[in-house]
Amino acid sequence: MGAEVVVEGLTKSFGSQNIWRDVTLTLPPGEVSAMLGPSGTGKSVFLKSMIGLLKPDSGKCVINGTDIVQCSERDMYEVRKLFGVLFQDGALFGSMNLYDNVAFPLREHTKKSESEIKRIVLEKLEMTGLSGAEGKLPGEISGGMRKRAGLARALVLDPEIILCDEPDSGLDPVRTAYLSQLLIDLNAQIDATILVVTHNINLARTLPDNLGMLFRKELIMFGPREVLLTSEEPVVEQFLNGKRLGPIGMSEEKDTAQMAAEQAMADAGHHHGGTEDVRGIVPQILPTPGLPDRKGERRRKDRVMQILHTLPPAAQEGIIESLSEQDRQRYGVRPHQMTGVGGAR
Amino acid sequence: MTAVATKARSAATTAASEIGRAFALGLEVLRLLPRRPFQFEEFLTQAWFVIRVTIVPTALVSIPYGATIALQLGSLTQQVGAQSFVGAAGVLATVQQAAPIATALLIAGAAGSAMCADLGARTIREEIDAMRVLGVDPIQRLVVPRVLAMVFVAVLLNGFVSIVGVVGGYSFNVFLQGGTPGAYLASFNALSQLPDLWISEIKAVLFGFVAAIIACYRGLNPRGGPKGVGDAVNQSVVITFLLLFLINWILTTIYLQVVPPKVG
Repeated sequence: MGAEVVVEGLTKSFGSQNIWRDVTLTLPPGEVSAMLGPSGTGKSVFLKSMIGLLKPDSGKCVINGTDIVQCSERDMYEVRKLFGVLFQDGALFGSMNLYDNVAFPLREHTKKSESEIKRIVLEKLEMTGLSGAEGKLPGEISGGMRKRAGLARALVLDPEIILCDEPDSGLDPVRTAYLSQLLIDLNAQIDATILVVTHNINLARTLPDNLGMLFRKELIMFGPREVLLTSEEPVVEQFLNGKRLGPIGMSEEKDTAQMAAEQAMADAGHHHGGTEDVRGIVPQILPTPGLPDRKGERRRKDRVMQILHTLPPAAQEGIIESLSEQDRQRYGVRPHQMTGVGGAR
Repeated sequence: MTAVATKARSAATTAASEIGRAFALGLEVLRLLPRRPFQFEEFLTQAWFVIRVTIVPTALVSIPYGATIALQLGSLTQQVGAQSFVGAAGVLATVQQAAPIATALLIAGAAGSAMCADLGARTIREEIDAMRVLGVDPIQRLVVPRVLAMVFVAVLLNGFVSIVGVVGGYSFNVFLQGGTPGAYLASFNALSQLPDLWISEIKAVLFGFVAAIIACYRGLNPRGGPKGVGDAVNQSVVITFLLLFLINWILTTIYLQVVPPKVG
């Protein structure tokens, strides 16, 4: 089972500029989570803080009992072996070909023989659709291939936690869909905890179990995907629908005067930028048939049903509707039955 | 406090913390030196790389450098009527001062800049971060072998420059200035002594170490994008020059105080 990541009151500033403050969330073990947020809200900084590449000002980030904000350099390198990280541009070693790049962690950390390394590397390369490209240098391949090679390298040590920094950037919608499928399949196979940082709405709607959003230097929500997807929060609605109307402006925030002016323009018939309302729950993608069931999904169902009564009504409705008849009996719920009214976290 | 004073203070703080962090990197490298596994392959690659970028310029610099010293000394000794000592002075000047300085210039200018640019490019492509995340300490994996390679090559280069400089000085003195080979060779070790060679090599070791630390430090911490790498390379060369000349001055002062001159 993947490792649990508990983040408590994490705050980060660069000099006097606060990036985000008091971020508290738990990545449940073996589940897929995604973090949304407008450009420049510090999503990548959050990711880098989680793996200790940047040092947060205060707060805790506990992985397998080690707080990586406080721990020694030596412990940090131990904890990092649990991670597989996909960087935005793949971050491959430019002087090595794809094969050596993917083999690098194995050669550094294991005593495996070259033939065993070869087997693992070729398997991961095939998994990411890169068979035949192992002799190429990172400079000779497309951005999408670099990204997939970066993922292959992140996977060779069978990580317990996989972090993906914008896996979709620079990829077309079809390749993004394949990548999402790959992540879900991986999750089913090795039960790793996955966190994806993205602003791709399609990916956010179909891939994760849990969704969060960073805005205005704060984590405005984090919880089961249904909560964010059915949220009435203006900033969530604006972000999901990609409209100019709402609290997010070109330079992160906008004032009320500008909001009113834009509302007036939209009322007068000016296009607001969005197309249709895509809020609401769509089915989550499933592992490719033939692969084992996702253990994380089962654990998540139990976990979510326990906190069901604390979720907002729309989310409760969505969750119950997405359950199979069997599950509804198991948990003793039925559609259109409210179990209580709570607020979103 | 006025705005200017605040600015000056923050600039001073930044400079101090930069120096401190570069120093910390130096200590960290020393601490990690005995840590296994030693990256022997990286060491060889880097040593070869440093040799490749420095050997030709070193040869080309040291011949005219040795010649200049020979010419200067030749005309000077002629004026005071001490031609027979031109060899002695030439060796002393070349081994003690010219060779370490030429080594410093080439190590900082040719090898340090290339090293800094290489690491800088890797840093902005997130390769260094990726390495840390893969559980590999870039200081042990990349910086330690680079520092050792630089020190190793600096020592070799220093010897190389000494030989080329002395041979060049001899040739110029004998063939161009009409000096006598016998007098040159006879006075060869009239003034110079073995500690001159030691201090020369100690200087080379320190120069190599400092140049590599500064190059690696600036390379691992470029500020903002590709232009930052360019700036980092530029700064690393300038800073290294300043430091190496400073170290040379301090070591020479100490050496002249501590080691008694050989009276010829």
